[in-house]
Order: sequence, then structure tokens, then C-alpha cells
Amino acid sequence: MYQMSRRQLLGSSAVWLLMSSSAGRADLIKGGLPWRPGATDPPDAVTPGGWKYFSPPEAAAVEAFVERLIPSDDLSPGGKDCGCAVYIDRQLAGPYGRFEGYYMFGPFQSGTKQQGPQSPVTPAQQYRKALAALDTACRAKYSGKAFAELADDRKDEVIKGLEDGSLKLDGADSQDFFKLILKDTQTGFLADPIYGGNRDMASWKMIGFPGAHYDYRDWIDRHNQTVTLPPVGINNHPNWSP
Amino acid sequence: MPRKLPRKDVAIIGLGWTGSILAQELTDAGLDVVAVERGPWRNTATDFPISYMQDELRFRIQHELFLQPSQNTVTFRHNASQTALPVRNWGAFMLGNGVGGAGVHWNAETWRFLPSDFVLKSHLAQRYGAGFIPADMTIQDWGVTWDDLEPHYDSFEYLCGTSGTAGNINGKIQAGGNPFEGARSRPYPTPAMKQGYGHALFGEAAKELGYKPFPQPSGNLSQAYTNPLGVKMGQCTFCGFCEWFGCANYSKASPQTTILPVLMRKSNFEARTECEVMQINLDRSRSSATGITYVDSSGEEWEQPADLVLLCAFQLFNVQMLLHSGIGAPYDPNTGQGQIGRNFTHQTVSGALGFFDKDKYNFNPFISAGSIGMCIDEFNGDNFDHGPLGFVGGGYIGQVQTNGRPIQTSAVPPDTPAWGSKWKQALKDNYLSNINVGPACHASFYAYRDTYLDLDPTYKDRFGRPLMRLTIDLHDNEIKMSAFLTDKYAEILQKMGAKQVVKQPRKGPYDITQYQTSHLCGGAIMGDNPGNSALNRYLQSWDVPNLFVMGASAFPQNCGYNPTGTVGALAYWSAAAIVSQYLKSPGPLVHA
Repeated sequence: MYQMSRRQLLGSSAVWLLMSSSAGRADLIKGGLPWRPGATDPPDAVTPGGWKYFSPPEAAAVEAFVERLIPSDDLSPGGKDCGCAVYIDRQLAGPYGRFEGYYMFGPFQSGTKQQGPQSPVTPAQQYRKALAALDTACRAKYSGKAFAELADDRKDEVIKGLEDGSLKLDGADSQDFFKLILKDTQTGFLADPIYGGNRDMASWKMIGFPGAHYDYRDWIDRHNQTVTLPPVGINNHPNWSP
Repeated sequence: MPRKLPRKDVAIIGLGWTGSILAQELTDAGLDVVAVERGPWRNTATDFPISYMQDELRFRIQHELFLQPSQNTVTFRHNASQTALPVRNWGAFMLGNGVGGAGVHWNAETWRFLPSDFVLKSHLAQRYGAGFIPADMTIQDWGVTWDDLEPHYDSFEYLCGTSGTAGNINGKIQAGGNPFEGARSRPYPTPAMKQGYGHALFGEAAKELGYKPFPQPSGNLSQAYTNPLGVKMGQCTFCGFCEWFGCANYSKASPQTTILPVLMRKSNFEARTECEVMQINLDRSRSSATGITYVDSSGEEWEQPADLVLLCAFQLFNVQMLLHSGIGAPYDPNTGQGQIGRNFTHQTVSGALGFFDKDKYNFNPFISAGSIGMCIDEFNGDNFDHGPLGFVGGGYIGQVQTNGRPIQTSAVPPDTPAWGSKWKQALKDNYLSNINVGPACHASFYAYRDTYLDLDPTYKDRFGRPLMRLTIDLHDNEIKMSAFLTDKYAEILQKMGAKQVVKQPRKGPYDITQYQTSHLCGGAIMGDNPGNSALNRYLQSWDVPNLFVMGASAFPQNCGYNPTGTVGALAYWSAAAIVSQYLKSPGPLVHA
């Protein structure tokens, strides 16, 4: 996708030539800096509403899960209201979900922990398997109830079981899945709100991070003082100023 | 069969820092130069715009500006008895891609190595006796000295506009600078950066403990600057989105902000992007390069003949290109023979988390820059007596925290639950009042007989070429050194007033999933004879004299500083030798 938008730059620039008969499809650049106004590649903003990857039962489970990982309390709204499940859904539907850019040639063999993950199973596949197994495990243990239908303390019991590995999932490693969903939830919660998991900059307001401000020259010498700039995201918040 | 293009004087592989410097110097000398770059064109206004560059998820966590492992990666193992496995997603280091190379995404810490670093083996042998150096350590002298390189360090710093406080000008120690640095011929081009609260507090605590703290030399500029080429740079605004990001302000030194605006206007230069070089071509004698062969973005192969070939890719890919091209003998760890792949090193970094009372300390960690902070150099190189310590090497220690980006940098005390309301509370309570530097101790990684690069027997890249195989682990010397430095750093954090300090010394085994800087070095090292090096003191291949190989692949071992200052100095040193000696009489500049 990024490559595509880069390619769109070609052709209109006087100094950026597509080498054709003489030298194939290289981007030949000479005579000055190639530049064209507006030729940028901004991020794709997440629009809320609907699910791009999750089925309705999967979405219900993930919304319930993120709400326990980041509970609603005095400090901030919870993971569900912040959009963490929406964030994960959009990520799994995109490049992240399919290991895009990863080295995916085989053979896939297991090695030492320090050699890093070697599984061909993508995050999207991992969620699909683990979420199905999670509901199966919950139904077996808690009189037919899916994870999302459990009371909060039961949900916490299940999550702790995944965390310490005592709760086994059929066809998925419970601890690996716990680490994945925790990392994704916290990443979405703390990322720019444009990605859907940090609605109204809830996490940034909670911790005191002003976000995408670009200029702290007025503040660098003001040691040990509370920065009073309101937080801003990259998507044209009315309070944005560099 | 590749289609043949018209001859050029010079073909450059890779348009990062060294490719840009060499292209600038050689086009000035009147040569017709083409640079072939694997990645895309990148420009400040279009690729790093202020409207969306401040995006931690996209550029830091998902590293959009970097090479993707699907394009090229490496395999890794700790020792020769293991099976190396591919790095499927980056961890221990990040490899740049595109015009500007690592000069786009670096933090711009712009250091010089110590004079003793360039004569490391003879210096240590003289001070401690040769027996003090571990038997399997293969450190050696560089073949160049501080005096050779000083004018070229100066050229690189004035190109970049580096901000700093000199510690030694022509042998005279300067207040407020690094008293351990080699004698420099003149001050930094711009004054040192201002410091945030946490950085300044570290400097005060270090001073109270008897050290001589100084501001980290910075390629993020303290003020606007016009370099000797006439290119203008802006003042750093302390945005806290520096390393992993391109700079939207024109205030981080990079090929884009210092050279390319001039270079690209020259009629005797052109860049070809999105073209991957497959090999350096040799003549029948295999002692002379005839040019390069590359594949363009449509998959078509092209031969570019050239009289002079400059290998200016990243360290790993320089070594890989030599091996793929059959230049020089591959290193054999069993015999110690062969130079290509030998003396591969990384960087030994460590730190400690410091948690402070939130009601008394507000560090505003997001007010920062890529190259900021106060450092001490008492424990770098051989600035201290290693005799009683039982290790060699060292590094600078500093509060050089670059950012408060919340996904990457948020730290909570180690006893905190990983999730739930208690995690949230700990995050809130500590975000503004902890110090989390990462590489607070930025230390050397010396060379060993069993640490090397070669071609993987199993895993291939998208063109079917073998990947580079990394055989690397941490040795006792570096583990001892890291523990020593981490203790010293932790003492300073305590002195600053931390209520809890969590030490994180570097320990073995080497972990390819943990970021440890992208300072990979060696594999095609420089030296004083072909029996101990791939390149002579001018970075000229001993085997193929019309090939010069730039970059940190030439470092015989890695020192306790960030490498780019020395990479830049070596590029200017080599360019000067090419222009003043080689062009007048092409051939070996040093006779073996």
C-alpha cells in the first residue's frame, strides 16, 4: 500500500523519471530534489462501527476481555469504551494480522527462546483459534456460558488461568495468546486515537502525555513543572498547535 | 542475461550517509557518479511531514520506514553447534531502507572514538601485558590513528552542524566538555543542546559524585545552522519523536538535511532507487571490478559498468555483497583464516529503571530529543584502570532518555500486575516520574574468534540468495563489564533521589528479540596487512583495488560510543585518499 502511493508520485515530477527503454523500471532521479506538494502518505484513520475481522461472538469475547485488562475506573474509561477491541479488529484485518513484511520462508523449526518466534501462524489466525477455544473452555467450566457472559470475577479467574498457563486452550497456547492480547490491548490504548483504541485520548489524559505536540522549546527550561498543554492527536484536533 | 548500460566513472551501492558523502566528494572531483539504492526515495516534506510523523504505532512499533524482513533478513545462532534460524521480525537491531539509510532514523548521537581505541590491542598490551587480553579475543589495531582521522571527524561534524561542548581543543582541557576526548582542532559548530529536567539532574548528581559530566554531542541542532555546502538546518524543538522517525523540522542531521539538496542538483550525479544490487562484477583475473549488476522494481536485471565501485550499504549487507560476489576469502572460525565475516561485533548496552516520588519529581519525559542528555566518560575505553577489574572495554554512561512515547517507554515497578486497575494506577503514578533510558550504559563489544558472519546454508532471500548467518553470543568479558557499568549508573540514579532502582545489566545469552542498538560492526575490517583485514587503511579492498568498502563493517571491533561519527570520519578519510591519491594513479594505495 505504501509502495503504491509512492509509485503515484512518478510521472508528474520533472526531475523524477521512470527509466524506460534505456534502463528498465528504475526510479531515476537527477537534476534536483523530486518534490510535489501534497504527495504524502497519511495514516488510515479507523472509523468505528461494525467489525472488519471478528465475528460477532469473537467481538463480544474481545470486548469483554479488554474491559477486564483495562477496567473502567476513576482513572479512565475502560478498554471497551476506549475502543481497544475495535483497534485489535482493524489491526487483524490489516498488515499486522497477516505478518505482512515478515520473513515467511520455511522451513519453520523451533529453536531457543533467544532466536525469536518461528511460528507461521499469523496473529489473525491465532485470535481465531484461541477465541473459539476460550469460549469452549468457559462453556465446559462455567455451565455453558461463553467468556463474555461470565461475571467479572469469573472473567478475571479465566484471564489469570491463561496468564499462568493453568487454563489450557484446545489448539492454541494459552500463555502466548494472553501475551498477544495483552500487548495488543495496551498498544491500542496508548497509541494515537486515530487507530481506534484510545478514544478521546483517554490514556494520554490519564498519564499526562500531551501527544503529537511538536514543539516544546518553551518548556525545555521549565524543569519539574506540569505541562499544561491539552493533549492532541495527529488527526487535526482543534487544539493542535506545534 | 542482464542488459548492459553505458559506463560510469563510479558506481555507488547504497545512498545513505557514506554513499552521499562519497558521491558529493567524487562529483566535486569531476567524476560521473551513479548511486543505486535498494529502497525508495525519501524526502522531509513528503515522507516525514509534521502533520503525522509523530506516530509511535506506525513508525516505532510497526517500523514503517525500515527494511522489511520479507525483503532481506538474517539468521542467528549462538554458536556453531546450533542451527541458525531466521529473524522473522526485527528485534535486536533495526535496518534502514531507502535514500538516507540509517541517517534518516538515527538519534544523531555524534561521537568520536578515543585515540586509544584506534590502537586498542597495542595499547592494552603495553599497559597490562598481552596476557591480560582474553585468549579468544581477536581485537586489533585499526591501521589509522586519531591524528589521521581528526580532520575528517571535523568535516563530518561541520557537515552535520553537531551541537556540543568541546572537552579538549588542541590539547587544552575545556570546562564543561568531555575531558577524556582526543584533542580536537576547533569547537563544535553549534553549542550544546539544552537539557530536560531528568538530564540536568543526572549531570548534577554525577558532579556531586566527583565525575565530570558533559552534554551528549548531538546531531539534533541547538540552533539554526548553515553547513559548508550551504544547506540550512533548523533548531530542534524537543518533540521526542526522533529515533525510528524522520525529522520534520530539518533539525536532525541526515543526508536529506545536509548533502542531498546540493548533490541532486549536479549534472554528473544520478540516483536510481528501488534497485537491488545483486553482485559486484569482477574481470577474469578476479582482481578488478568491472561494475555492478542490479535488479529493478520490475525484476529486470541490469549491468552497470564502472571504473570504481564503492560499497556503501549497511554493515551486514556490505559483508553479504562481498560474499555473494566472491571477493576475498570467507572467514573460517576453525582455522582463523579468511577475512570476510571475521570480527563481527555489536554493542553492549544496559541500564536501570529509576522510580522517583511522583509528588516531588516531574520529568516530562516527552520533552526530549534523539541526542540529548548528560554523560560521563570516566568508564569508557581505557579511561580507567582495568587491572583490578578483570575485564577490558567500557562505555559512556548517561541520562540520555530520548522520549516519553507511552507504548514503548512507559515503565511500571517490577512488582506491578501486568493488567487491571493496579496496572493502570502504576502507569499513571510513574509515567512522569520514572527514568527509563534503555542504553544508559553504552559500551564496547570486542571481537572474538567464534563471533562471525557467513552465508546461511538453508534460508534464502526473495531472490534465492543465501541470507547472512550471525553466529554471536555475549562473552564473560562483556558481561562483567556490563555489570560494572550498570552499578555505576545505578549509583548516580540513587544520588538523583530515586526511591527504587531496578538494574538491568546485559546478560547472556545474546537475545535477537531484545533491542540492543543497530550498531552492528565488523565483518570486512580495515587493518595494516591482508593477513589481518579485508581492507587497507583507506578502506580499499586488498583483493580488488578499484573497490572501496565504507561503513562500520570496517571497524575491527566496536568501541563504547555510537558509531556514526566514526563512520562519517572514515568516509571523508577514504574520499580524500581516493581524490588525492587513487585517481592520480589507480591501484593499491598500500602495497602488501
